[in-house]
Amino acid sequence: MLRRLLGATAAILLAASLGTPRASAEGELNFYTWADYTSPELIEKFEAETGITVNIDTFASNEDLLAKMMAGATGYDIIVPGDYLVEILIKEDLLQRVEPNQLANFKNVEPRWIDVYWDPGRNYSIPWMWGTTSFNVNTDVFDGDIHTLAVLFDPPDVLKGRINMFQDSVEVINMALRYLGFPRCNSNPDEMRQVQDLLLRQKEWVRSYSMDPKELIVSGEVDATMNWDGYAIRTRAEKPSVAFAHPMEGYTGWMDNLAVPKGAENVENAMIFMDFMMVPENIALESNYVGVNGGIMGAAQYFDPELATAPELNAPQGTPDPEFVPACEDDVVRLYDQVWTNVMK
Amino acid sequence: MAERRDVVDQATWVDRFSSLPAARRSLILLSPAFALIGAFGLAPLGLILVYSFLVPGTYGGVVWELSFGAYIQFLFERDIFDGTLTFHLSYLQIGARSVILAGLAVVGCLLIGFPTAYFIATRPPGLRNVLIFLVTVPFWTNLLVRTFSMMLILRDQGPLNSILMGIGIAEKPLSLLYTDFAIGLGLLYSFLPFMVLPIYASLERIDFRLVEAAYDLYANRWRVLQRILIPLSLPGIAGGCFLVFIPSLSSFLAPDLLGGGKHLMIGNLIAQQFGTARNWPFGAAAAMILLSLVLIALMIYARQVARRERNVA
Repeated sequence: MLRRLLGATAAILLAASLGTPRASAEGELNFYTWADYTSPELIEKFEAETGITVNIDTFASNEDLLAKMMAGATGYDIIVPGDYLVEILIKEDLLQRVEPNQLANFKNVEPRWIDVYWDPGRNYSIPWMWGTTSFNVNTDVFDGDIHTLAVLFDPPDVLKGRINMFQDSVEVINMALRYLGFPRCNSNPDEMRQVQDLLLRQKEWVRSYSMDPKELIVSGEVDATMNWDGYAIRTRAEKPSVAFAHPMEGYTGWMDNLAVPKGAENVENAMIFMDFMMVPENIALESNYVGVNGGIMGAAQYFDPELATAPELNAPQGTPDPEFVPACEDDVVRLYDQVWTNVMK
Repeated sequence: MAERRDVVDQATWVDRFSSLPAARRSLILLSPAFALIGAFGLAPLGLILVYSFLVPGTYGGVVWELSFGAYIQFLFERDIFDGTLTFHLSYLQIGARSVILAGLAVVGCLLIGFPTAYFIATRPPGLRNVLIFLVTVPFWTNLLVRTFSMMLILRDQGPLNSILMGIGIAEKPLSLLYTDFAIGLGLLYSFLPFMVLPIYASLERIDFRLVEAAYDLYANRWRVLQRILIPLSLPGIAGGCFLVFIPSLSSFLAPDLLGGGKHLMIGNLIAQQFGTARNWPFGAAAAMILLSLVLIALMIYARQVARRERNVA
């Protein structure tokens, strides 16, 4: 009797799920993204158009997201991994191959963001936001040329002891490697020894290693700080004398992506969300909120005027393109950690 | 009718329980606590112990292969140049800094906490309760928020520097934030109540007629402190010292926020291994080493107490 009852219930549930037309798909979407990184206006619009309820949960770094995924965190339908993390998650078999490149709006993706090293052809992910990691200088204090890493590694006297570096071993070591002219993901002992010496010498002039650049430079605790381009726009809004550097030695580019983790329960809603986010005016809402570019063609015409002309997003002629750095091999990661520990001990 | 049956059931249940031998009874009453400690204390600890003997996975996580690599890494480093294994001090230095800062926090808390506790314990009972209540006020706010407020107070343009310059002690802002001083102050402030409360609990129970008697016998204040107050409140002092020392040792908020991340403490080292360094076994090993240090300190203390008690007897 019990078995027959269960069978009937299952049949009804199955019929109900098959019978639901896609356009009026309802239910939930569990969105796992970076803190302070989601336009409320965008989510309201998505909920109004689709009837899907979006639940947002946040993490603080790619490493946090990776650790959570490795530990088997489930219950999320859409996650926002950074470029190199997408590659890792695919290798570790933690993403679903949902083929967003088959979605109707995929034609809007800028061609340069399709064959990316982390997901060639975009079988797992689509672009979300992208930007650069460089640094800010308070031009009231130092009015020389800021478009060189020498500002941070051989600082003028006025900036000595007034510098904030990120508390992020990979970003800081990449910056040092660029300044010394060595390749990234470096396992060359001689070159890494020089990186360590450079960072140790620089430490004398560093006020703090913190991931809170805006607060530090606006409050006047430091006069130069590593920063992301979008955050630099918000920083300049609070302190107009702060300028963003596009150093000639090169700088890091980053791209966050939308992807569907293994174990997601609402895959269909996740696909609806991805398709929605490849519409120019939708991704522009997010750009206006965060202050950086998306990877969708035709979005710029929906940007707020201040964003469209922001010097942070528009590098001067002749500056190199941002460099997207893959995750390094095991031995390099260990070496970097050793160098970082030696600098911080 | 149904109600009455409930009452009867309950009565027999209680009867049955109280007819059990005392040892069985306390075991049953303690079982929820044991289950909780086992499930959320010992089991994760066992997991950390196991992880510390494994090989790190490429992108975090572990590979299930036995290895002592994590413990070797704590003391030796493979040289960047020639790959030979050499003894190195980086991690020991980080450990030593943690012990020293935690030790200073203990000393600072004791110097401030003991007089505070004494003051409170010698007030009339009504006032005493109000004062103890006030000591716990900081716990109403999250530690992270309190640490951020500390940053605001200590910064160059912050209120402390304004006051110092206002009364003419400093000519230009003193660099207070992002120094070892700021870390120490942060630890001191965070954990001071943990020192005050246990010392107060000991002092409150002291029969102050002993103090009067000591004065009658021509003891000076120092003597009274040395021969009566300190010995009688020693359990509270020791308890307070441990309660301050242990969380200070593993603290990572204060060094991160107030120290500007410039000097790692062992808590930061452990957090880093589970993040950017992607070396879970080493993080687990560092956690086990920290745990062992704390346990050794506790055992030494327990032994001292036992010896003293034997001497007294």
